[in-house]
Amino acid sequence: MTRTIAGLDIAHRIEQKIPGAVEGAIPEAATVKADKLAEVCTFLRDDPELKLEFLSSLTAVDQLEYFEVVYHLTSIRLNQMTAIKVKASDRENPRVPSVTPIWPGANLQEREAYDLMGIVFEGHPDLRRVFLWDGFDGWPLRKDYLVGPGGRFPGLERFPGESREPLGGRG
Amino acid sequence: MTVQTEPFVVNLGPQHPSTHGVFRLRLTLDGEKIIDADMVMGYLHRSMEKLAEERTYTQNIPFTDRTDYLAAMTGNLAYVIAVEKLCGIEPPERAQWLRTIMCELQRIASHCMAVGIFANDCGAWQTPVMHMLRDREKVLDLFEMACGARLTLNYMRIGGVSRDVPPEFMPAARKLIKELPKKLNEYEDLLLENEIIVERSRGIGVLTPEQAMAHSVSGPMLRASGVAWDIRKADPYAAYDKVDFDIAVGVHGDVYDRFVVRLAEMRQSVKILEQALDLIPEGASADSDRATDRPARGAAGHPAAGRRGVWAYRITPGRAGVLPRERR
Repeated sequence: MTRTIAGLDIAHRIEQKIPGAVEGAIPEAATVKADKLAEVCTFLRDDPELKLEFLSSLTAVDQLEYFEVVYHLTSIRLNQMTAIKVKASDRENPRVPSVTPIWPGANLQEREAYDLMGIVFEGHPDLRRVFLWDGFDGWPLRKDYLVGPGGRFPGLERFPGESREPLGGRG
Repeated sequence: MTVQTEPFVVNLGPQHPSTHGVFRLRLTLDGEKIIDADMVMGYLHRSMEKLAEERTYTQNIPFTDRTDYLAAMTGNLAYVIAVEKLCGIEPPERAQWLRTIMCELQRIASHCMAVGIFANDCGAWQTPVMHMLRDREKVLDLFEMACGARLTLNYMRIGGVSRDVPPEFMPAARKLIKELPKKLNEYEDLLLENEIIVERSRGIGVLTPEQAMAHSVSGPMLRASGVAWDIRKADPYAAYDKVDFDIAVGVHGDVYDRFVVRLAEMRQSVKILEQALDLIPEGASADSDRATDRPARGAAGHPAAGRRGVWAYRITPGRAGVLPRERR
């Protein structure tokens, strides 16, 4: 059984090694400060008790007030996993350091998060859109992207009387 | 005399028989050697994440069929496990075994396709792939018995499976797994030492174990590089902790080893199926009282072993507790 290192546990370990790097922790994940991300990730990958050498997934979540980039990390050799998060608060220009230099597997996943969520990964070697074409207007996975260009709405109308007015996003 | 060459760019795809889907590669060639490749994806991007935002948990299951339409069962399972973990639902024993059986049948069907088409692309035009399609059809017949569909199955449910298998399913499955080892011998005789396949794939596209792990490679590709890591063993789900099987690993991490690992995995799937068909208990196939959408908080996901590698869905419910979408 893969051991899950709880958010509080991983936060404690990071804090011991790199003081001031942890912003908060919930049972599932520890939130790390963006400016310390590279240092924390290198520690997580190289620490002999953690050996989190495998980035299972990198994804972004729109929490409305801020964006969250979530990293799921696995250690194949020690059969354990954990998750860390980074917040990007500036909705107009969310920026998070790239972890591609640490885990090359992050390359395409960061490009996907940039493409669909509009998060800029600083230090990424080749940050281009991956699914959509260059020049596509907007970041479609953001929660405020409900009206597509040309007035199309994603999904079906499910609730009677549901307003189809734009929710303050781009129109 | 030295021949002066210079690199040039060729577009492979998006419509090309060997890309198996709409996918484009911009290749930089030096003579016949590929020195750089840039992939252009998204021609078939269906934006399932955005679609899923507006739907309930159960309504999302059919989308997971279509993420990999050659392994719909596994996609279903990875998703419903994530929802079950989020909502704290434990499916009944029989459902767990049915899931295991379906996923292993799916692995056989999918690996048949992978190995057959690989041989096809190497130049063994049509013969091997037709043999493998023949056997894949038999697996699809079993799926049709179980759920009425052959490709996009929509079989798994939150809390179990959509319906129990009919009485004729088990004998048919037993008959199939009895025949399969003979068929696998046939494939191996036909392909393993075939000179064209060996010449075209040995020593090509080598990934060392370190490279494979750093690049987040999983599944048969990672195992072909010699890393014996299989999520079915490392973090068992469904009934995988109750069956005995071996992890197939390669040595060189090249294309040939990936092909051999897939052939070996089909044998292990047969081994799992033999045990599962004997061990499956009677009982309910779904926790029908609790197999509903329920609001939950937190975030959850659980990896499952897809045919291409680890397959996991991450679900982040909205703060309203029901739909991960802002409603004003």
